[in-house]
This record gives sequence, structure tokens and C-alpha cells, in this order.
Amino acid sequence: MANTISTIPFKGTAEQAALLDKVIAEQKGKAGCLIPVLQKAQEIYGYLPVEVEEKIAEGLDVSLEKIYEVVTFYAQFALNPKGKYNVSVCLGTACYVKGSGKVFDKLKEVLGIDEGGCTSDGIFSLETCRCVGACGLAPVMMINDDVYGRLVPNDVAGILEKYKN
Amino acid sequence: MDMINVIIDGKEYSVRKGATILEACRSVGIHIPTLCYLKDINEIGACRICVVEVKGAKSLVAACVYPIDRDGTEILTHSPEVLKSRKLTLQLLLSTHDKKCLSCVKSGQCEFQQLCKEYGVDDENKFEGIAVKYEKDTSMPHLIRDNNKCVLCRRCVAACDKNQGVAVIGANERGFITHIGSAFELKLNEVACIACGQCITVCPTGALTEVDDTQKVWDALNDPSKHVVVHAAPSIRATLGEEFGLPIGTLVTGKMVAALRRLGFEKVFDTNFTADLTIMEEANELLERIKNGGTLPMITSCSPGWVKFCEHYYPDLIPNLSTCKSPQQMMGAVIKTYYAEKMGLDPKDMFVVSVMPCTAKKFEIGRDDQAAAGVPDTDVSITTRELARMIKRAGIDFNRLPDEEFDSPMGLGSGAGTIFGATGGVMEAALRTAVATLTGKNPEKLEFEGVRGTQGIKEASYNVAGVDVKVAVASGTANAKKLLDMVKSGEKDYTFIEIMGCPGGCVNGGGQPFQPASVRNFVDLKALRAAALYKDDENLPVRLSHENEDIKTIYREYFGTPGSEKAHHALHTSYVARKKLNVNK
Amino acid sequence: MKSLAEIAEIRNTMKDKVSPAEGSNTMRIVVGMATCGIAAGARPVLETLVSEIEAKGLSAAVSVKQTGCIGICQFEPVVEIYQGGKEKVTYVKMTPDKAKRVVEEHVVGGKPIAEFTLQEGEAVNEKPVSLTETRFYRNQKRVALRNCGVINPEDIDEYIATDGYAALAKVLNEMTPEEVISTVLASGLRGRGGAGFPTGKKWELARTLVQDGGQKYVCCNADEGDPGAFMDRSVLEGDPHAILEAMAIAGYAIGASQGYIYVRAEYPTAVYRLNIAIDQARKYGLLGKNIFGTNFDFDIELRLGAGAFVCGEETALMTSIEGKRGEPRPRPPFPAVKGLFGRPTILNNVETYANIPQIILKGADWFASMGTEKSKGTKVFALGGKINHTGLVEIPMGTPLREIIEEIGGGIPGGKKFKAAQTGGPSGGCIPASLTDTPIDYDNLIAIGSMMGSGGLIVMDEDNCMVDIAKFFLQFTVDESCGKCTPCRVGTKRLYEILEKITSGKGELSDIDKLEELCMYIKQNALCGLGQTAPNPVLSTLRYFKDEYIAHIVDKKCPAGVCKDLLTYKIIADKCKGCTKCKRNCPVGAISGEVKQPHVIDPDKCIKCGVCMSNCSFGAIVKE
Repeated sequence: MANTISTIPFKGTAEQAALLDKVIAEQKGKAGCLIPVLQKAQEIYGYLPVEVEEKIAEGLDVSLEKIYEVVTFYAQFALNPKGKYNVSVCLGTACYVKGSGKVFDKLKEVLGIDEGGCTSDGIFSLETCRCVGACGLAPVMMINDDVYGRLVPNDVAGILEKYKN
Repeated sequence: MDMINVIIDGKEYSVRKGATILEACRSVGIHIPTLCYLKDINEIGACRICVVEVKGAKSLVAACVYPIDRDGTEILTHSPEVLKSRKLTLQLLLSTHDKKCLSCVKSGQCEFQQLCKEYGVDDENKFEGIAVKYEKDTSMPHLIRDNNKCVLCRRCVAACDKNQGVAVIGANERGFITHIGSAFELKLNEVACIACGQCITVCPTGALTEVDDTQKVWDALNDPSKHVVVHAAPSIRATLGEEFGLPIGTLVTGKMVAALRRLGFEKVFDTNFTADLTIMEEANELLERIKNGGTLPMITSCSPGWVKFCEHYYPDLIPNLSTCKSPQQMMGAVIKTYYAEKMGLDPKDMFVVSVMPCTAKKFEIGRDDQAAAGVPDTDVSITTRELARMIKRAGIDFNRLPDEEFDSPMGLGSGAGTIFGATGGVMEAALRTAVATLTGKNPEKLEFEGVRGTQGIKEASYNVAGVDVKVAVASGTANAKKLLDMVKSGEKDYTFIEIMGCPGGCVNGGGQPFQPASVRNFVDLKALRAAALYKDDENLPVRLSHENEDIKTIYREYFGTPGSEKAHHALHTSYVARKKLNVNK
Repeated sequence: MKSLAEIAEIRNTMKDKVSPAEGSNTMRIVVGMATCGIAAGARPVLETLVSEIEAKGLSAAVSVKQTGCIGICQFEPVVEIYQGGKEKVTYVKMTPDKAKRVVEEHVVGGKPIAEFTLQEGEAVNEKPVSLTETRFYRNQKRVALRNCGVINPEDIDEYIATDGYAALAKVLNEMTPEEVISTVLASGLRGRGGAGFPTGKKWELARTLVQDGGQKYVCCNADEGDPGAFMDRSVLEGDPHAILEAMAIAGYAIGASQGYIYVRAEYPTAVYRLNIAIDQARKYGLLGKNIFGTNFDFDIELRLGAGAFVCGEETALMTSIEGKRGEPRPRPPFPAVKGLFGRPTILNNVETYANIPQIILKGADWFASMGTEKSKGTKVFALGGKINHTGLVEIPMGTPLREIIEEIGGGIPGGKKFKAAQTGGPSGGCIPASLTDTPIDYDNLIAIGSMMGSGGLIVMDEDNCMVDIAKFFLQFTVDESCGKCTPCRVGTKRLYEILEKITSGKGELSDIDKLEELCMYIKQNALCGLGQTAPNPVLSTLRYFKDEYIAHIVDKKCPAGVCKDLLTYKIIADKCKGCTKCKRNCPVGAISGEVKQPHVIDPDKCIKCGVCMSNCSFGAIVKE
């Protein structure tokens, strides 16, 4: 299994680090403070990349794995940031038989990311979903709330272009 | 002790109040199977193998964690319901298990396999369905993790966290895809694993095994251009017998030497010799530090798991580590320098095999600054388990071997050397020699009881020639952590500290024979094995390192004095601070 | 910090504002602002009401307040107008425009607008309707929900006005901890979170088993995770102080000075209001040191759940508060001996606590007079699914299911036939039509293979496939299993896989035996209550709807027409006009046919998405 360190370069700022330091200082030593710290950290950074978890591990003096096992237990915590635009490809049956798998592969290629990933500029993240109820338009993908249907792989680049500015 | 009456399988017994059902049953001769349970460190009731019926309970209960505090409790340990449940649990576990038992190194010693046999699992494929496929982790020189054989008992996690205070492995994700792994699914060489192998010794299946280096040894033995020598660590003689059905704590020094010789090694040396050499160098180093205002407390460096732990977790204490190489590496260095010279051999044509109780030794041989003769001091380090495997493969009937003696010139070891295998042993050996050095005469009583015993942390203070020497001993790196934090905070102050990476010291090392939980939970493995070493010490003619004739010879013929330049070059080493995360982000 | 007298003073001055007395010339307008109300658009309605009243210079006599859940979800946004001596008027499906007219005609003109009020049935009422008169409401009995939809949850004074904190005052000044416990015991109150353990017993154990003078904890389970259940959210959003007061009472009873509320992060409104309530209570000295000048200290900390259903299980919840993976621990030791941070702890759910202040004030006998022999008081249900009136209802224990469905719920929409009701969420079961006369209480529900659970009640009609429902719940359990014990981690997955096999038409009769074997095994062997009850949806559907399983396995048919793999779409040649619309819209090209000729569907290519059927203007396509 490949590691789950986000491929998006970490862009934490000094302000964010100072905020997290403050949270850690407030919570350190309080019984059961790990989850509240993780929740605040995710509020600050939007997700919990290795850089943030390392900082918490250091600050609270617990092993990184003890943080990671908590992070992966709870659905609320994310290891990857979501992009400004979240691209979600329907892999429901209708879309799949109409080639949404190929559209998905093309998206991965164009964006250079895998499922659950986010581009390094933070603009696009990529997900798959089950049926969005638009089988007549299959294959379908959604970019935030916009639905694109009857796709062929070559449409992908052009559609993404519209969001780049 | 409060006793209460219970009815187990229809018969009335008197058992200790508050005992778990598992303990109570054991005390009256009824065995209940377990899988996840490890006394004190993993009492989680997760696997459900140990379920029994308790009258009045609405479901079956886990015997390992269910305390009996009510008089008249009625327990059924093998009712049809119980037996059926245990069998189903095994079958469910099998549905996610890689069932390649024939080629599994753990076959025959696998607790899971044993249970399947006991419970008559007649269909290993009763439940078919998705099983997650995991990649093996082969990134470390000492261990292979194959999660396809993992039953998620979490014994390894408990050992890593509770005993070792390292916690580089844990349960990741949840539900059906829960698996044991490291943070961010990194490989073990990318996190701060100390290679102690404690996880391996507690794994009930073949999910965690040492890297088997025996083929390298066979190859060397069959290579006519190599001069292949072997040496065996102090604790091997106290544990190897277990692999051949002998009771825990049986001393098998002579048979071990005989077996090694029959495997074809040119020379069979005794690591006790370099344990003594370590004492000479370390005692000298300590006295020098005291005299010259060097960094104190000085901490021992024989245990490579502890050394790696120090480098990852307490890099600021590296100056406190003794610069002495471990006995394994001293032996390699001595063989490839002193012995090579003596025999007229080119170190490049020599092949040094060490038999160690330890998996971290496999890591140690690849460290920097461990090549006295310009080639690695040690070529291959194998564990007690691997040696047993070689003996069995060679068809040697171990129990019928005669007792034989180690070879010269590194075949003599003192009683002080032999107790290196137990926690406190290095300290005791050093104290014996330190007293002699400082007072000019050997201590009247050689036993330093204050540093003996299997407790995790021991402290003692001795007045030696008018000087108060405060010492501490810790085993298991979780205890080391506790001790060092007290030292760092200034709460405690010592001159000399002995730390061994594994709880109880090398007798309980990561490379020692497997003992199933059914044994571990009910006997003190550490104490039984250590007792054999203390007995060995008692019976040996020489019990002080500085009185070992071979030691005297080597200083006379080669090194001159402890701490000489030559000794420094061959017998001392250096350390590096290591990061907790070794990965490119 | 307020004294007893000051609290009483607040109560007196606020009373008339919250419920205007006869002859009073004040008017009170409340807007339902629970999550569902806000989502339906209550905020602009509230804002319009406030600005209109201000613009008309009526602010002195007319108060406009937000309130919690009024209970009638499908009519949100809801506005109610209270006037002294008059029946309240309930306006439903409000908009800002309607709100303007209400101010104009009702508030100013004194003439309620009947057509905006709640209408039941076909005929439009001439007379304005109050919620209290409706079939939906009149059989309800509001104890836990008494303040929801009545007071402003963000104003402690309004809570005090409705006897808030009077129970805490009474307990601290007039009762010993033992008396509090015996009152709760005598009331017969049982835990509203699922299993129904007697609350007083729980408190008694926590008080008596360990008496070492060390810390004890009072926890509130607000991690309501059952799909379709929102009772606790409504109480937290509508009456947060009731929970704080009850927890303080519990703290006094067991000897604890610290409380934790474990609430889902997915309930932001509840979290927001709880935080406000805790702040206000601290300011008034109703939380903190020396409450009411006594030597009793008690404070509360909020902990947010992080998205794990299993944390609703008591030991998992405590492990989660401790900052770890929310995995359950074996019991014994029970939390009353060794709970949070290894100390004696009680955990009750929100609804349980909501009953406590009332029991203290009105007495155990009053509470015990409601309900059945072994299940006292009332129970709140979140009524949903195939039912006309979805919403939140509180009824006395022992009310037959039929009454909830037909009277309060107003029956099944579209003239469909009732098939089953599901209670207890993923731990519960399905109750068939033949058992709708069963009076609902803890023991009856267990006896018929379901359980009370926290109070989700989902109604299903003939279009629901019971095998599919079982599969739905198992999917949920598999997703939410913590992964610690073998029976739940692997067992539920295998259970799910067998159900999937059956619904995809590959089932064999022996699979039923396998299902039963696995279900019984998981029930007996799983580590925690959630694991042990996970098979209930399968067991109860097997018990009452085995014929549906058989139909899937033997006939390879899904009688309800839900399981896609067992459906075939067909074109009835006689009805097909050959318009080609279905052919053009089929995503997989499974339909062929010439213009004006009957078309056919190729079953091998058809993916059963149903697009053709919804596109056919002639009703020529059927699924069977």
C-alpha cells in the first residue's frame, strides 16, 4: 500500500502554526484532549496532513501513529484537502457501462492526482460517487454543483479549463 | 486471599475472588483458549475465542477479562454453544486469512493454526467473501510484516506501546478494513521503529516474522573460500533448549557448542568473552568520565534496540551513551583484527556469524562505524529461532549431543559475561570489576542483589572505596523512557545506567524462541530464563571479567590497556541522531 | 451569581412573557428554528416578523422569539402566535410574504388568517387551526419535549420562566442524594437511549459501588446516530437548559462534580445552543462552584463526536472522550465502577435527562402514572418513511403502534398498504402489520424482535423490499463497525455479503440457514451492545417476511420490485406507440425498434436504471 501522505505540498502559514500552537498549549495536559485538538487543527488547516499531525504529536508528546489511528477511525478527519472545485465522477452502473471509468482515468491523468487527491494548486480535488440520478445523461460528472453529462474522455480538459481562472 | 465458590462445568470449586474466569479455570486445571489476551498489556476481549457461558448473562462472555466476584457463579466452558461459537470465530478469521500454512515459517508454532486443529475446523472456506489484500512490509533488516496473516489480536500493538513505549504500529482505519500499520501507512524503516522485535515474539501467527538469514549462513558454510566462525550470545544457552522441547530455563551451553560445530563452523566462540571485554572497556570509560568530568550518567550501549531508541527519541542523551560497541560487534572486530592476524587470515575471506537473542542485532551489523578491519565486523546475525531451524534442518538430534567446549582464543567467558543476558547483568558485571579497580581487591560478595530481578526499573547505591555510586537499571524501552524522563527533569541523579531494550533483558529478546500466550500468561518467562544464567554464573570457575585469562591475553598480546588507541579503533563506535519520520514529503 | 430569590424573581417577571395570561395584552410570536425549520427557510420569516413588528411600533406589546422544534416537520417553517386567554394559532409553510400578511391582518387587525394555518384532510378550514387540536397532536403527551417549540432556547430566563432550575434548587436545598435516587427509582424511568436500563438503578450503583471520595463523572449521550432519528437533536436545540439542569441533579445524586456532553459534530445548531446555555448557566451560578450557595460544585464540558456511530455505545463513548479510537470495552467492569478515565461514571441519553427535572418537581407518582407496568412515562419518536405526517411525536408508553401510524401519523400516503414499521435503527427490527396493535413499550418491542432504540420509527409500505431493508441496515453496520471484535468486524461483513448474494438472485436456500447461524452467533459473541444487536434487522425480517427471502431465492423475484438484479423491464407491445423516446433515452442502447413499431428491451444489455419507464408517455413499460 502506498503511503497516505497527501501529494499536495503543505502550505501552512506562520499564522496557522501560531493558532495551532495556542490550541496545543491550551489543551495540553487536559484529560482526553487529543480529539478536540485534532478538531481545532482541522478547522485551522482544513485537513490533517502529516506536517500538522507531527506538530501535534510533538506538542502533546504522543506517537504519530497514536494520532493517525484516531484520525483514520473517525469519518470527520481528512488527510487531503478538498479542492476549490471538487470533481466527482459517477461510477454508478449506467455511467460505468457508458464509459465513466475511462472519463475518470482521463481526469486522473489530466489532473495528475488519484481518487481522494487534490491538485497541488488546491483548485481541483477528485472523487467518485454512486448514482447521481442522471442516468439519461450518462456518463456524468459533477464539479461542485454543476452536472456535466454525455461525456467522452476528450471533453475533460476543456471543461476543467473553464474553472482554472 | 479472598476465596469464593463457583460452579464450573457442573463441579464446585473454590477460586480467588476477583480472578478472571480464565485464571480461575486455569487454577483448577481447566484450559480456556485465548488469542488476543496478553496478561497486563492486552486485556481487550476482542478476538472472542475465549468465550464461555455464564448463567444469567445475556450473551457469552470473554473469559480473559470477566472477573468473578459473585459466589455461586455458574460457568460452562465447553458447552455445545461455546464450542460452536469458537469454531465459527475461527472460520470467520480464516475467511480473511492467507491460508498458505505449508510454506509459513510459523507453521507448527502458530497459535491460530493450533486452535483450528483443536476446534475441529473442518472447512477453512466455510465463509467466502472479500478479503483485503495487503502488501508485505520488507523494509527493515529484521522483520517482515504480512498483514494477510494478521488476525488483528493487537498483541504486537500492545507490546510496541505498553512494553516499549514506541507505538510505531497501531490499528489504522476501522471496521472490516482495520489493519495494523504505521502512521500514514509508512513502512517501518520510514518511522522510528527500534527493531527490537518484541512484536514478533508476541505475534500468534506468521504475520510478523524475523527476516530469515539462515540461507546466507548455509551459503557461507558451503563456500570453501570463506573462513566461517560463529559466536553465541550469553542468553542463547538459556533458551535454545526450548526449541527442542526442554523445560524453560534449561542451560544447554555444551550441546549448543556441539551443534554449532556440527553445522560446520570453523570456530565456535563465546560472546561471553566480548561481554567481559565490554566490561573492561566500559568500566575504564566510566572511570575516565568520572575522573575527567565527562558526561554522566553514562548509559550502556550493548542493546542495539535501546541504542536506536536513544537516537530517535533521546538524541540529546547520545553523549551519555557509552562509546563501547556491543559484545556482538566487539567479537566481530576482534575476530577480523586480532584473530585474523594471529591466524594469518585476510579479513575479507572471513565470515562472522553471530547467534543473538535479538532482532535489532540484524540492524546493528549494518550501522556505520562498525568495521574495525575495513569490512563489516559481523556478516550475518541470526536469532535463536533461526539457529534452531538450522539445527533441525541439518538433522542434528540436539538432545543427544555431547557437551563440548568453545574454541580458543575467544572461548572463555566469565560468570560476569554470562549474566549480560538478564536485566541488571551488565550493571552487576561492571560493579564487580569497578569495585576491584577502585579498591584493588575483588568484592567480598559477588552478587549485587539490588540490581537483580525482573522489575522494569531498579535503583541501587553502592559505596565503593568511599565513593557513592548511584546506579539504575531499566529494561523495556517504556521503562527506559520513564527513567530517562526522571533523569532529564533532574528528579533523579545517577552515575551509571544500564538499559536493555527488551523487558527482562536479552533472555526475553525479540529473537528468542516463541512461547505461546498460553505459556506467557501464566509463567514468568523472563525470570525462568534469567535464573538459568545466574545459575551458570554461580557454577563458573571465573566470575569476574578482569580475571578471564583470555581477556588478559588479548590485552597483553594486542590491545595493551583498556581504552588504548587500538582498543578505541576496534572496540568503540559512534552514534547519530535519527528523525522520527524518515520520508520525503 | 444568582440567589434562589433572584431566580424566583426572574421566573415571576418572565412568566407572562412566555405564556401570556388571560387579560394580558401581550402577544408572543414564536418561529420554529430547529435545524429543520432553518433548512426550510425559517430565518427570513423570523427576520421579516421582527422588522415588521418594529416598523409598526409594536415591539413593546408583541415579542417575536425563535424557538426549537414544534414537531411537524413537513409543515416547516412554522409560526405560532400566543395571546392571553386564547387558543394559540399555528401557521405553517410560512414565507416572508405570508409573515407580512400575518402581521398586518392577525397581529394588527386581530383576524387570524385561516388559510395559512395547519390544514388536515381535504377541506380548507374556515376557522384558524391550532396545532393542539390536530389529530397529530392531541394524543401526544409532552414531557421531554415540553419546552420545545415554546421557549427561546437561547434565553435562560425563558427556561427559568417555565420552572427551569426549580428542580435543581429543590434537590440542593431539600433533598439528600439518596432521596433524589429513590425518587428517580420510584418514577420507573428507564434509559431512553436503547436498552432501557432503569435510570435510578444506574445512579444508585454509581453512588454506592465506589465510595472512595474520588472524582465521578456524569455523561450525556448526545451522539444520536441512528439513520432517521432526531429526537435528541430536537431537545438539545429546543431546551438545552433542561439537560444541563438534569445533569447537575445527577451529579448531586451520585457525587460527581464534572459532566461531559458528547454531541455529534454534525449538529452545529445544537452545539451552538448548548454552548450558549452553558455560558448562561455559569453566569447565573447554576453551573460552577457552590451552586445556590450550597457546597455542591458541578460543571459541564462539551465534547464533539467526530463521525463514528459506534460512539453511541456507552463504553465507546467514554473511550472517545478519553481521546482514543472509539472502541467499546468489555463489561464488566461496568461504568458505574470503572468508566470514564477509569472512574465511576453514569451515562444517560438526552431524552432520559429531559425527563428528570419534571420527575423531581412533579413527583415519581405523577411520572409513574403514565405508561405501562414496566415502562413508565412517555417516549419521543421521530416518525418517518411512508407516512403522511412525518415529525416528532411524544406519546405515553403503551400507545399501540396502530394509533401512531393511523391517528398521529395520518396513515400511509398514496393509498398504499402498510407493510412494516422499523424501530430501533440498525439495532432494531421490523414490526409487521399483524402486530400493529402491540402497545409500544420496552419489553413488548424486545418480545417481537425489535427494540425501543432511541426512537426512530420508519414506516414502510408495499413498495419496500424487506430483504433490501435488512441489507441497508447491514451495510450501515458494516460501515460503522469499529473493527475490534471478530464477530462484528468479519461476521457482519459476511452477513452483508450473503444478503447481497440473495438480492442479486444468486441465493440458495442454504443461505437462509447460514444467515440464521451467523445472526445467532453474532448476537451471542460480539463484544458490545451494537454488535450484539446488529443482526436484529436480519432476524426480524427473516421472522416475519421469510416469504420474501424465499421469493428472492427460489423464484428469483423481488416482490416489492426493488432489487434491480431481479427485475426485468418489459415493453407491452399493445401499448407501445413506437415513439422511440425510450430508445433515444436508454443510456446503454438496450432498446431497439422501428418508428411506429413496438419496441423491445434486450434484457442482457438493460441495466435497470428505469429511464425508459419514466420517459414513456403511454405507460407501455412495466417492471416485474
